[in-house]
Amino acid sequence: MTQTITIDPVTRLEGHGKITLYLDPRGEVNNAHFHVTQVRGFEKFSEGRPFYEMPALMARICGICPVSHLIASAKACESIMAVEIPHTAAQLRRMLNLAQMVQSHALSFFYLASPDLLLGMDSDPANRHLFGVAAAYPELGRAGIGLRRFGQHIIELLGDKRIHPGWVVPGGVTEPLSSVKRDEILAMLPEAYAGVHLALKSYKEITYRFEEEIAHFANFPSLFMGLINEDESVEFTDGALRLIDANGNIVADGITAHKFSELIGEAVEPYSYTKFAYYKPFGYPEGSYRGGPLARLNIAKSMGTPLADAELRQFKQLENGPVRSSFHYHYARLIDMLYGVEKIEHILNDPNILDKHIRATAGVNRLEGAGQAEAPRGTLMHNYKVDENGKITWANLVIATGQNNNAMNQGILQTARHFVRGGKMTDGILNRIEAVVRTFDPCLSCSTHAFGKMPLKIELLDSQGNFLDLAQRN
Amino acid sequence: MSAATEIKTLIIDGKDVSARPDQTILDVARENGINIPTLCHLDGLSDVGACRLCLIEIKGQNRLLPACVARVEEGMEVTTTSERIARHRRTILELLFAERNHICAVCVANGNCELQALAQQLGLTHVRFPYRNPALAVDASHERFTCDHNRCILCTRCVRVCAEIEGAHVWDVEGRGADCKVITDLAQPWGDKNSSCTKCGKCVQVCPTGALYEKGKVGVEHPKRPDFLPYLNLMREAQ
Repeated sequence: MTQTITIDPVTRLEGHGKITLYLDPRGEVNNAHFHVTQVRGFEKFSEGRPFYEMPALMARICGICPVSHLIASAKACESIMAVEIPHTAAQLRRMLNLAQMVQSHALSFFYLASPDLLLGMDSDPANRHLFGVAAAYPELGRAGIGLRRFGQHIIELLGDKRIHPGWVVPGGVTEPLSSVKRDEILAMLPEAYAGVHLALKSYKEITYRFEEEIAHFANFPSLFMGLINEDESVEFTDGALRLIDANGNIVADGITAHKFSELIGEAVEPYSYTKFAYYKPFGYPEGSYRGGPLARLNIAKSMGTPLADAELRQFKQLENGPVRSSFHYHYARLIDMLYGVEKIEHILNDPNILDKHIRATAGVNRLEGAGQAEAPRGTLMHNYKVDENGKITWANLVIATGQNNNAMNQGILQTARHFVRGGKMTDGILNRIEAVVRTFDPCLSCSTHAFGKMPLKIELLDSQGNFLDLAQRN
Repeated sequence: MSAATEIKTLIIDGKDVSARPDQTILDVARENGINIPTLCHLDGLSDVGACRLCLIEIKGQNRLLPACVARVEEGMEVTTTSERIARHRRTILELLFAERNHICAVCVANGNCELQALAQQLGLTHVRFPYRNPALAVDASHERFTCDHNRCILCTRCVRVCAEIEGAHVWDVEGRGADCKVITDLAQPWGDKNSSCTKCGKCVQVCPTGALYEKGKVGVEHPKRPDFLPYLNLMREAQ
């Protein structure tokens, strides 16, 4: 008799997802699927809209990382306009993108993942949330909230709004940075540094407890993809994509947004609305790859900032070659944050940062454009086609979460196979299956809801769909 | 007695006011600091009574009248705010929102829109009518401006400013009822090479919503400047 275990909804994720585990007659996990159960339709209903509306329109996809969509979309529009934006505008956008990365990573690490890490995978679910962390580790709780505020406040200072700032437009940004705002951001830096350092220190102190998880949380050889600068340092906003294999060999390099669609395909599986990105020359699913913090650090030779570089050297010691365990996404995320704070400081000290030339203007000069940027959880690519009047005729978005989709599915299967024995599920096992998904910090339907505790129901069904058992968390 | 010296006296919201006989109730109310909401009215243009937001009550008449086109009469008793008027104004606004696709969050006029401002002023939090969600195309053929019918409330300010002030009469209205639509020339694309548009942009400046806007502008950076109109009229009269 076979069984199916359904985890619905998966908690402490951004958005709504469901996991199904298929057990064989011996109660061993045979297969696993991660379902993203909502369809959004942005690519379809943007058709007919003027292209310069796209950044604001597409940013509405997500309340966590609207900035990533703003930037990828604006870059796609600039490719249609055939313009290069002024240096200061590029720097300001880079800072905005990093501020968002810091706040999003703070959300992922402190709000969503740290309850598992600090309180334990098997700890009481009634307290396994941010408030439980804040009660047990008040300084860390404050650091998490402080880092999220740091990122959000920079976004608000630059774009007037914390969520969906309208400041990024095709051609650059609408307002230059004032010296008052620059000084306000500079004054926030010491607290941000302290928060990241505390998180790094605490994380390193507890990783030894998770050897089993490190060994089985989506720990497998795969391709990795991310943006990189010409000097092989990590990049979030410009640069080009590099793809490496599990041994660190370069598979493809210099992938600009225009080449993206030639090289990256999207497969569809019947059980999910999220597509499965893959490297076309290798086919699907062999060409599946991982993106996001782990991939970025595996690809980069340096961070380009001194403190983050010191951490990167430690990170590279974790494994011989690219780091394969997705558990280390957490560590990579913290290094990303440290880099973000350092880089923001660096950008603010750019002598031209207060320059007033921040926008290029042009009409339609190409009928197709593409733009890419690193969202907190991986590469984001926007590709548009327009008519001669600049109205969108076709749009395609390749979202970071889709690029980790295959790895998440494989990771769930690997984790479930290791921890689920004889069809038996405990809360701790259930939580580990969710936790492997959390390492990727997927953004499923892109909402700002960060629930520490959501109702969760697992039903055990036999092969005929007959109800066997129920585990419920309210 | 000449018209210049003839004075009508009337009561608006309990206040005794005086007016010239050629004035509308809206003019007199605003002169006396009494606010009546409007959308289609604009100082400097003729009035057409299209939006009906300025509806007021006159004692002795059961019917509500639009203040922008109702002339003052001796001894009138006018009420500009009542439960009945508020209900009508609210319903009109809701119907305007339900009729087309007003998505403030991504609209170029967000923060600078008269329709949005009025909804906020009147405390409109919900629309009780089902949205019609019509599929309306955007006319982006003009080199400088864009016309998005999704955001048009058919106030006809563009039609009037183009005909009365610019003298080009590019804009007009076609169709009936829910199929009404503003058009350029004889329903040709705005940017047509034979268009009679002078590219002066007056229609864009008087449009109360994001229906007409400067190409490439977004959100907060696009305030409209309809206040040029009274000055323009004044200067022309002076010549």
